[in-house]
Amino acid sequence: MKEKVDALRTKFQADLQAVSDKAGLEELRLSFMSKKGAIQDLMKELSQIPNDQKKDAGQLINMFKQEVAKHFDERKKELDALEEKRLIESSESYDESMPTESPVGSYHPITLIQRELEDIFKSMGFDVEDYNEIVDDYNCFEALNIPKFHPARDMQDTYYLSTNNQLLKSHTSAAQNTIMRKYGDKLKKNGRPIRAVFPGRCFRNEAIDSCHDNTFFQMEGVMIDENISISNLIYFMKTMLSEVFEKDVTVRLRPGFFPFVEPGFELDIQCLICGGDGCPSCKGSGWLELCPCGMIHPNVLKHGGINTEEDPFKYTGFAFGLGLTRLAMMKYGVKDIRIFNEGDINALSQFESK
Amino acid sequence: MLISMNWIRDFVNLDNEDLEKLIKRFTLSTAEVEDIIFKGKDISDIVVGEIISCENHPDSDHLHILKVDGGDAIYDVVCGAPNARAGIKTAFAKPGAQVGEIKIKPTKLRGVISNGMCCSEREIGISDNHEGIMELDSSLANGTDIKTIYPIDDVIFEVDNKSLTNRPDLWGHYGIAREFAALTGQPLKPLDIMENPYTGDAEVDIDIRNKDLVFRYTSVRIENITQKEALNEMKVRLYYCGTRAINLLADLTNYLMLELGQPMHAFDGSKINKIVVDTPKENTKFITLDGQERDITTDTLMIYDNDTPVAIAGIMGGLDSEITDETNSLVLESANFDGVSVRKSASRMALRTDASARYEKTLDPEMTMLAVKRFMKLLFDVDPEAKITSNITDVYVKKYPEITVEFDKAFIDRYTGIDISNERIKDTLISLGFETTENNGNFITKVPSFRATKDVSMKADIVEEITRIYGYDNFSIKTTLSPILPAKTSLLRKEENHIKDLLVKSYAMNEVHTRVWQDPDELKNLGIEIEDNVRLLGSSDEQGILRTTLMQSLLPLINKNKNERPEFSLFEVGRCVEGTKEGNLANEKRHLGIAMYTKTDSEKNLYFKAVELINTMIDELKHKKPSYEKCEPVHAWQHPKNTSKIIVDDICIGIINTLYPTNLSKIAKNAKVVLIEIDMDDLLSITADELSFDEPSKFPGIDYDLSLVMPEGIRFENIEQCWKTKKVKELKKVSTIDVYDNGKVKSITLRFSFENPERTLTSEEVQHSIDIILANLKELNVELKMQ
Repeated sequence: MKEKVDALRTKFQADLQAVSDKAGLEELRLSFMSKKGAIQDLMKELSQIPNDQKKDAGQLINMFKQEVAKHFDERKKELDALEEKRLIESSESYDESMPTESPVGSYHPITLIQRELEDIFKSMGFDVEDYNEIVDDYNCFEALNIPKFHPARDMQDTYYLSTNNQLLKSHTSAAQNTIMRKYGDKLKKNGRPIRAVFPGRCFRNEAIDSCHDNTFFQMEGVMIDENISISNLIYFMKTMLSEVFEKDVTVRLRPGFFPFVEPGFELDIQCLICGGDGCPSCKGSGWLELCPCGMIHPNVLKHGGINTEEDPFKYTGFAFGLGLTRLAMMKYGVKDIRIFNEGDINALSQFESK
Repeated sequence: MLISMNWIRDFVNLDNEDLEKLIKRFTLSTAEVEDIIFKGKDISDIVVGEIISCENHPDSDHLHILKVDGGDAIYDVVCGAPNARAGIKTAFAKPGAQVGEIKIKPTKLRGVISNGMCCSEREIGISDNHEGIMELDSSLANGTDIKTIYPIDDVIFEVDNKSLTNRPDLWGHYGIAREFAALTGQPLKPLDIMENPYTGDAEVDIDIRNKDLVFRYTSVRIENITQKEALNEMKVRLYYCGTRAINLLADLTNYLMLELGQPMHAFDGSKINKIVVDTPKENTKFITLDGQERDITTDTLMIYDNDTPVAIAGIMGGLDSEITDETNSLVLESANFDGVSVRKSASRMALRTDASARYEKTLDPEMTMLAVKRFMKLLFDVDPEAKITSNITDVYVKKYPEITVEFDKAFIDRYTGIDISNERIKDTLISLGFETTENNGNFITKVPSFRATKDVSMKADIVEEITRIYGYDNFSIKTTLSPILPAKTSLLRKEENHIKDLLVKSYAMNEVHTRVWQDPDELKNLGIEIEDNVRLLGSSDEQGILRTTLMQSLLPLINKNKNERPEFSLFEVGRCVEGTKEGNLANEKRHLGIAMYTKTDSEKNLYFKAVELINTMIDELKHKKPSYEKCEPVHAWQHPKNTSKIIVDDICIGIINTLYPTNLSKIAKNAKVVLIEIDMDDLLSITADELSFDEPSKFPGIDYDLSLVMPEGIRFENIEQCWKTKKVKELKKVSTIDVYDNGKVKSITLRFSFENPERTLTSEEVQHSIDIILANLKELNVELKMQ
């Protein structure tokens, strides 16, 4: 029996070396280990062996069987490793620097800046409102304390329409009256302060050049409550502008005249480029004029139904107007205002989706 | 407007102030300063020099060789001025002197050394005169510094006129001086004036016929005026403030206007008998003193001498009654006209003058009398021989009411959010000319006449006066005590944002903004006629007509960009106007317009991409499926066969269409365009379906595929009805597996998925439903495609 086992071992070792893939290995395994395999054949021969030798012979075969099983496992691991190596070697190493092509759209820059501002204001408790482009004389002027013969109402500045006393709104302030009427009840009955911003498109009859357009975007904001003060106005302006420019901006107020605020201010921010030392972009002054604002004029609050003739100062508030078009120009470094309205796909597609 | 600090210092002591700092504070408290100019910094070592001798230069036909006595020495000077001659005294720049940008040093001119330079007025910066060298008073000592004769050193600053629109009192130096007085706490000095010495009973004959447009007319007659030139100081100030010196009387009226803000007009006394102020009965012509003929309408206020027009009130005088060098008598006008009327007349004639710019700010009528007395004082300083030959005749037609404002400290505290002391409040108001009394924090203040014409009338106005002088830089920065409540994004904004995100991110479209009116030229390029609509007033023909749809803007943009990309889509959320509604009001609409363009793909593919987009949009926003209904084109550019209504919940929310062949061919031969226009407010009005949740069935379903041959002329939505019946049970979903279209045969393979949440379905049950579907299909003549 020992000779037979040795012979089989020799054959096994030769065959095992000859095997080069896993299929061959499995075939070889079956030819030795299966119920019809060579080892089983040896087992069958045990019956013809004298009883006193059976035990040794059986042990011999079992040991051989374990030995074979062990070699199979090892050979299998070897072949697995070879296979892995082959797969790795045969796989392609990719060039990530190859150009990729996926179509991207673009938002209008006004949409981008408007969303950014709306987010900031919303986080400060301001409602975002929408308003018509066509308004009437009352909302655009009368309700805003702009007297009948004010130059702003002249034909050469404002686009009046062929319809009944209507015009293209010349400023977002035209929405103030409507906002006050919309939220006035909640203020007076529930003490819910009015906080709202209203972005919109405005129109003024101007010759178009790289700095002027007859169609432009503004965002107006109001806050009205019982004790709103100039100090509050400064706080909100500073906080909001610091968010917009993502740094702590220094603001200053100086007198500015607008019929719908009193006192009225021009708000300047310290130049973001030179930090106030003076540079070409702030024309050497260290300050940039950014946004007109002020305490809402008592007549405007009266027109909006917020205060009564008897108690014209019960509620106070502030209002401000941001030039969205101008902010977008500052933020994105746009030098020519005309790209906003002229639909040049090469210019606008640079404001890719993000 | 240019302001001279020398002039300001006539009225307020600023000796201890840093002028530049003070002027910057003026920006923060009063009005925007655009520029500060330091005059005389570039002028030094220019003295009175006497030309002792003057000889011709041997090598030049115009140069002279002079000997100039500069006080300290005799200088040899080469000079080209035509008026250079022995015996005159002139402004002499010694070697080492600074004359503007020129540093004087010995220079050879045609072979002769010149040690210095004789200067013109322009060279030392006090006028535009460069005709010759200055000729100074012979009594001046040689070597006297020119700066002691002319007030060359000055600080001039320019105020942005726009920031003065509401401040009529700041249109003269005296008003500005009052601001500086308030800012520094120095008193404002009263104006030097002259009372009328005339004691007779002669008056200037004044007849105000149009009393609506005149507040006040004050006048005096002065004769025997012999002097022709204003004082040096006055001339330099006028020049520094942007006005050219002309002659004594014109200079005086200009000076008064720049000092007090009161425009004045001096008529030649020999030409005026009776002043009449009225509007003309009919349109007429009038030649103003600049020699231009002007059209005068019947609402233009005029000044007449009896019946002869002599001036456009508040704007400009006439040529015939103008002061000339021969004038030795005058009738002085110091008047106050209606601001709106002056502005309208000036803008109609495109003749905006320094006078009209002031009148339109609604000047204080109280000023006219003061201005006359100040004029007399300044005139008699120069010409003591002049004779006043009338009383000051004053016709005060309309007075502004006096305004008194009462307020308390609590009000100021509440409005400002800070604590400004009673004393500070009172002092500030008084320094600004408001007579103010205070008792226990209760204030009564009288608005001065120069602030009462429109600017200050109520408590809020008083707050501004106090706070601007207090300085906004000194405010604390405080948040409000108002409750914080969540702000929600409106559905309108949510939908708009959602749609923009979808179009930009999933469909790679480019967002645009376009103008709200139709561009006739651009549209003509596309063969599109302008559609009549609401228009801009004053526009003509086809210009200024508002768009009726966004397509009138987007189609031209497709055309404009067609060579930039083989395929692109533009969209806009914007406004258009669909004619008028009740009350002749514009019917403004908020639309979404999408214009899709390709020259590489088929129109059909583009169209179905558009349909898919709409379906996706409606699904995402409303969890609904739109239906489509072919309709007659509404606009000329819409294709008769492929223009369809987009319908959700029985509401037509928009239109999808291809382009009319003729218009399409104008863009490009192989162009394809698909347009979508959706009414955003109609879309907004549709209620979104709630998202519902079905527990996924634990039991396997059965799928059944059918391939249908689509008959000609039948729409899929009709075929759909075959399984949208209650008889078909347990049908969970129908999905499209394949669409086949070879141009002749069109077929669609659908997968019908059946499912029951409680048990496994049997094939018999499913077959029953399939049989019903097949029977329905047969009725519509829809055949099955043989596999």
